[in-house]
Amino acid sequence: MTHDLSVPALRADRLGKRYGRQWGLRDATFEIPAGSVVGLVGPNGAGKTTLLALTVGLLAPTEGQVAVFGEPSRAHTADTLARVSYLAQDHPLYRAFTVADMLRFGASMNPSWDRALAQGRMEALGIPLDRKIKALSGGQQAQVALTLALAKRAPLLALDEPVASLDPIARLEFMQDVMAAVADGGLTVVIASHVISELERFCDWLLVLTGGRLQVAGPVDDLLARHTLLTVPRQTPSAALPGASISRTDSDRHSTVLIAADPARMAAAQQPGWHADPVGFEQLVLAYLRRPPLGVSRAEVVAS
Amino acid sequence: MFRFRLDGSSGVPPYLQLVHQVRQSLLLGYLRAGDRLPTVKEVAVDLAINPNTVVKAYRQLEHEGLAAGRPGQGTFITGTLAPPSARASEALRRSLERWLRDAADAGLSQEAITALIAAVRHDVAQEARQDSMEERTG
Repeated sequence: MTHDLSVPALRADRLGKRYGRQWGLRDATFEIPAGSVVGLVGPNGAGKTTLLALTVGLLAPTEGQVAVFGEPSRAHTADTLARVSYLAQDHPLYRAFTVADMLRFGASMNPSWDRALAQGRMEALGIPLDRKIKALSGGQQAQVALTLALAKRAPLLALDEPVASLDPIARLEFMQDVMAAVADGGLTVVIASHVISELERFCDWLLVLTGGRLQVAGPVDDLLARHTLLTVPRQTPSAALPGASISRTDSDRHSTVLIAADPARMAAAQQPGWHADPVGFEQLVLAYLRRPPLGVSRAEVVAS
Repeated sequence: MFRFRLDGSSGVPPYLQLVHQVRQSLLLGYLRAGDRLPTVKEVAVDLAINPNTVVKAYRQLEHEGLAAGRPGQGTFITGTLAPPSARASEALRRSLERWLRDAADAGLSQEAITALIAAVRHDVAQEARQDSMEERTG
């Protein structure tokens, strides 16, 4: 877990993946510092799972590359797979194994296996070690899969919809364990999730994908500071505003526009009759999710 | 030990919620100088919240002179927040009463009064924000 914190945990450079004629992901460029917890958001089919599979080395890119801690990810190579712990959406387990067999399997496959963590979690969750995987409830199976992902102690943890099959309490308990591991240092986490309202407490970095394109990428604090909710008279054209309009709602006499603009530029451009309010996390994510996908230039508006 | 809460639906950024809770507890006397705040990891696990968010909240408290980190020991409350003096709040209360009576005499309904107060509060807050922005950028 000791990694040079100055090397980015993830760096994607014009990363793309084509399935037949269809691009699953295209032109994704971003750089995420080590120790971040990244929220990866997008509708179904937006390219979230493709991005994760490219990162962890389960897929090879068609274009560009993605590097994990400075080393380009290469599909199906042992050193790429050792640096990442990936929990797939369907959390695959060997159904005929007992829980103890599953943990032994995890230990034999992973040199940095944390036996105390794995056994402690099973005990705390009341999951019997001699039970067969197929005899566990759906929620318990998810917990076993999550435990394998955590106990691998890889410096990058990629979670694809990790908590979808868990009840709210179990979700919180799992994320408490993830946050404890982040607090211990050296762990970078990417969480793909649809539960935007929950992401705000976990994430300090945000990636929004729609239609295989990156809509926005950056540290959450920066993104919130660089966006403003502006209420203006209805006839004000979007071109007259001090930044790109991300979403716009028109009423009879006034319009509410979420714009991407520097706070200083925003303050300088204030006009009488305009009302500026800060933007919340959920509001920001929803605005980018609703925006039709476009070319690369979009993502760069905010990144610059 | 001081315990934080988090309201996921309040719209207030999590780090600010933590800062507000310390400030409010100081005002109410629930926290006093010398009290130790929970460690970053304790808060992260307790609330299932990003530890970087807790670090940011503690930095803000240090910046405001309300808390200080002691290496190897934790973060301790160092400041106090005095409630507004009784005399000042009494004078403000009297002028507000006067204003409310004037508003009623002028024919404003309760709703109109509430809307006017909200609008003025918003404008004053925005002015203050712009002033602090100009100080930082100018």
